[in-house]
Amino acid sequence: MAIVIGIPVYPGTNCDFDVYKAIKLAGAIPKRIWYKDYEEIKKVDAVVIPGGFSYADYIRAGAIAARTKMTEIIKELGANGMPILGICNGFQILVESGILPGALAVNKNARFICRWVHLKVLRIDTPFTQLYAEGEIIKMPIAHMEGRYVPGEGFSDDLIVLQYSDRKGNVNDESNPNGSYKNIAGIVNREGNIMGLMPHPERASERILGGNDGLRMFKALIDYLKR
Amino acid sequence: MSKYRAKIYITLKNGILDAEGETVKKALNSLGFDALNVRSGKMYVIEFNCDEDPKNVVEKMCKQLLANPVVNNYYYELEEL
Repeated sequence: MAIVIGIPVYPGTNCDFDVYKAIKLAGAIPKRIWYKDYEEIKKVDAVVIPGGFSYADYIRAGAIAARTKMTEIIKELGANGMPILGICNGFQILVESGILPGALAVNKNARFICRWVHLKVLRIDTPFTQLYAEGEIIKMPIAHMEGRYVPGEGFSDDLIVLQYSDRKGNVNDESNPNGSYKNIAGIVNREGNIMGLMPHPERASERILGGNDGLRMFKALIDYLKR
Repeated sequence: MSKYRAKIYITLKNGILDAEGETVKKALNSLGFDALNVRSGKMYVIEFNCDEDPKNVVEKMCKQLLANPVVNNYYYELEEL
């Protein structure tokens, strides 16, 4: 049976078509769903919340999108075990809605950072990272102003999936672009079915883009859903 | 039903790095000031109607939307219009 992956689109979301293309390349059927059509999101096999500037980042990045009916339903679907992936603004929406613990504060240097980074994969037991090797160093771009992870209630180190590192895998202050706690680039919930990350796997899904390490994240999710 | 005006101030908790505050501090010092510590924040002026204790309403506004309990503190001034 064909796998359908839902892509919620809020006012200001702008990475939805990139995610659409990456999901298609990885072998599933992507479906963009406007946030007012929230009933449609119940019919998909998994959800990928794309990046962008939902509601112009008013109040805090992701804060208003986190309080919509669409996100409320995604929260319920996630609680029932559906795999949910939040990328960049999608990750911000997941922490703002309390679906994932912690917060994403303004980068340490107070600037928008747009560049490729190296990431160390700590956990390969999630639906999104099972095609990587444990400790593998992968490459993806980041593009954000509010990506400094601050731990909150419910967080513990075992939830860390991806850390910013250098090309050799050193995780330290020099390889931390935004001042994130423990170089955190991505975390998963305790149940293991909801992940958020600041880097953009969809922008690393074809060699012509500068790398294709991100494509494996979508392929992993599809493999997981087929089982 | 009474009408109120709240001025709500949202700040970063002490201990949470305030990147904007640090940048403003550097800029002030480059202008010759002797700024020791700068904390930035946001202020909302909200006029609203309510029947219940307006403090409860403002608290709910802060908790449900305006402040993120992981990183923010908030305080407010309230007046009846």
